[in-house]
Amino acid sequence: MPRFLLQRLVQSAIVIALMSFAVYWLMGMMPGDPIDLMISADPKMTSDDAVRLRALYGLDRPIWERYLNWLGAALSGDLGFSRLYAKPVLDILAPALGNTVLLMGSSFILSLLIALPLGVLGATKPYSRTDYTVNLFAFAGISVPPFWLALLLIIGFSVMLGILPASGLDIGEGGGLWERARFLILPMSTLVIASLGGQTRYMRAAMIEVLRQDYIRTARAKGLSESRVVLAHGLRNALIPVVTIIALDFGGLFSGALITETIFAFPGMGKLIFDSIMGNDFNLALIALLLATLLTLAGNLLADLAYTGLDPRITFEGKGR
Amino acid sequence: MSKRLITVLLFLLALAWTGHGAQARGNSKPRDQLVIGITQFPSTFNPNIDAMMAKTYILAMTRRPFTAYDAGWKLICMLCVELPTIENGLAVPERTPKGKQGIAVTYTIRPDAMWGDGTPVSTEDVLFTWKVGRHPKSGVGDMEFYRSLYKIDVRDERTFTMHFDKLTFEYNAINGFSLLPAHIDEAAFASPAAYKNRTAFDTDTLNPGLYFGPYRIAKVVTGSYVVLERNPTWWGKKPYFKRIVVRTIPNTAALEANLLSGELDMIAGELGLSVDQALAFEKRRGRRFNVIYKPGLVYEHIDLNLDNPFLKDKRVRKALIYALDRETLSRQLFAGRQPVAHSSVNPLDWVYAKDVRKYAYDPKKAARLLAQAGWKTIRRGVRVNAKGEKLSLEIMTTAGNRSRELVEQVLRSQWKKLGIEVSIRNQPARVFFGQTLTERRFTAMAMYAWISSPESVPRTTLHSAHIPSVNNNFSGQNYTGFRNGEMDALLEGIEVELDRTKRKALWRRLQDIYTEELPVIPLYFRANPYILPKWLKGLTPTGHQDPSTLWVEDWRGG
Repeated sequence: MPRFLLQRLVQSAIVIALMSFAVYWLMGMMPGDPIDLMISADPKMTSDDAVRLRALYGLDRPIWERYLNWLGAALSGDLGFSRLYAKPVLDILAPALGNTVLLMGSSFILSLLIALPLGVLGATKPYSRTDYTVNLFAFAGISVPPFWLALLLIIGFSVMLGILPASGLDIGEGGGLWERARFLILPMSTLVIASLGGQTRYMRAAMIEVLRQDYIRTARAKGLSESRVVLAHGLRNALIPVVTIIALDFGGLFSGALITETIFAFPGMGKLIFDSIMGNDFNLALIALLLATLLTLAGNLLADLAYTGLDPRITFEGKGR
Repeated sequence: MSKRLITVLLFLLALAWTGHGAQARGNSKPRDQLVIGITQFPSTFNPNIDAMMAKTYILAMTRRPFTAYDAGWKLICMLCVELPTIENGLAVPERTPKGKQGIAVTYTIRPDAMWGDGTPVSTEDVLFTWKVGRHPKSGVGDMEFYRSLYKIDVRDERTFTMHFDKLTFEYNAINGFSLLPAHIDEAAFASPAAYKNRTAFDTDTLNPGLYFGPYRIAKVVTGSYVVLERNPTWWGKKPYFKRIVVRTIPNTAALEANLLSGELDMIAGELGLSVDQALAFEKRRGRRFNVIYKPGLVYEHIDLNLDNPFLKDKRVRKALIYALDRETLSRQLFAGRQPVAHSSVNPLDWVYAKDVRKYAYDPKKAARLLAQAGWKTIRRGVRVNAKGEKLSLEIMTTAGNRSRELVEQVLRSQWKKLGIEVSIRNQPARVFFGQTLTERRFTAMAMYAWISSPESVPRTTLHSAHIPSVNNNFSGQNYTGFRNGEMDALLEGIEVELDRTKRKALWRRLQDIYTEELPVIPLYFRANPYILPKWLKGLTPTGHQDPSTLWVEDWRGG
């Protein structure tokens, strides 16, 4: 196990290093730099101004030199300033990350709480009316584009019924937890509905597969109750592929949901990453993307560790039992 | 099971409704708060770093420039006591130490002007602002003003004289000279290169001492909203609203939904819906709101690349414009809210020549001109010349801009009727503005807009010295590649002509050349749609770069 962990940590460090350079290089290759963007907003800026500002922001230097400067500063703990928000990167990142974790995390947990039982329910009664109903909702969730669903929810609950805020965050008029939570309901519902279908289908497929296994038949032959067969023997084994999918989604919890955040004007990571890339905010984009990468890697590592808990046959000792 | 589910749902609905009740009660209170929706969030609150409309819009409620253009496009004093002119003796032409023609202009700060922390606005702030502005590492974008302002003489705590090394007709307009509070921000300027990151406007945004307008910033949630509260040291009329919230909602559909749900009271015209969106909104829900369309200085046009062998011929350029029914286009797509442009000068500008050459829709004339230019034969719907070349041109604009893409389609179909083949190749704004235009990589036509100010001399877009090329490291904004000696002389002459009558004559000639040579196809002047609640009174759109919020103290809750 320690050897496995060490290997994975080394691999992760290499991935992060490569990612940092790839992101920096790709952003540097994009046409137009921050100064071009400034000129398009201010026609009075002269070419002298452009030259001066490029030198001031270090944009007149080759990309590898800029990258090495950034890397040196980052390794010494200086993550730099956001060009778009004129604040230290961490000051921008922290609240956005907090908002995203709150939104994405709660949506993720809620969708799992709904999807896993639904998937199991569908799998235990395959091709029954219940199964068809579950599938219908699952496919509806998969098929509905999130932006359309978001607008539909806004029109229904904010414009027509007027019971929930259409977007944003509480604008500081006081109010309790409920007042603040109200702002989360619609974006959360959009995300839950959008991810519910996929998760339900994964759970159902995995469970159906497991329920066909010999050991399930044996468990039934031993006279165990159906609920015990399904929950104690079936679910545990069916969770292994589902955990892989959940682990892959884990990184998304921290990188946000661009479309949902944009429509609900929710200041989260998705919108922040998009704006920072489009605005050539190297410092912010890099740290935000690397954080998302790091957390995705961490999620995968946790998933690998979870496999050993779910299936004792899986070990990290180099040979299976 | 289902009964339980229904009970839970009813409970949730009731819970949500309780919240709604609170909101509804909030709405029935006397209107002491105004919530404005805009589509952009400021990248900084420092008034002199980065030009951005969202920042200008918000800061206009918290500070006042020395001079500004009012709703009638007239230059007025805001922070100064009297507008200096040569006639009233406050502006005196002089020679600079280097022997150049310059001018000394004397301003006096309003005696009651005070920063939000009670410190009087003084000439110390003027000197500090000048020091920051002229420092090459301070991060100030447009330094042209500071390069020209070579000396400031302080007369007393409120009066100072600015010495400029050139004498232009705009000698007394210092609209962009935004005061910085020396008593707060000077410490951040100890290291000029770090100033842009250390300015108190971004590190201590809620400090009342940064503001001296009717409001001050009381809360900021980055990327989301800004809360403004009345500034007790404001010298002017007491603003009606106790609190103004400016919320950023980048998605315009969500912006509309927020307005309809009551989360927003109004959508700013300066940074809100496009005209086609506003028209659709007005059709559906217009009865609940006042929708005001204010045409302004955003000039939508098509740059013609004059290095294109087909477009070098003036007759082809004229045929292109004669083939367009721009009046119908404006009427059909924008309900006539965006007036057709005949040149780069807006009809609301005093230098506009009313009898400027106007190209009415005339397809016969267009066909005749094309035939004269050698494009007589039409083969498979496309004109060809004697060499067998097809009259095929490419048009580019910013991808995703619905209005422009719509206009592009209409233009293409109108040109097609005349046998002009036009292919569309749009690009993301970033590529289009970041490379295609700046490096003149568009092969024939580029559709976009210029934003200017009243009587703005189009030197950077029409002077031959401003054609971007490899030799000048792609500096300049004359993307068409227009070269005309008389135009160059006019552009230089207008800037230094102080006599209004003579200047108007020069402008007249400039518009004549512009419409005769047609380096650009003028389309229309974009309008800003303001979606306002019926109860809001006193908001006057300006149509230029000074936003309506500069007069926020006139807004009333009705």
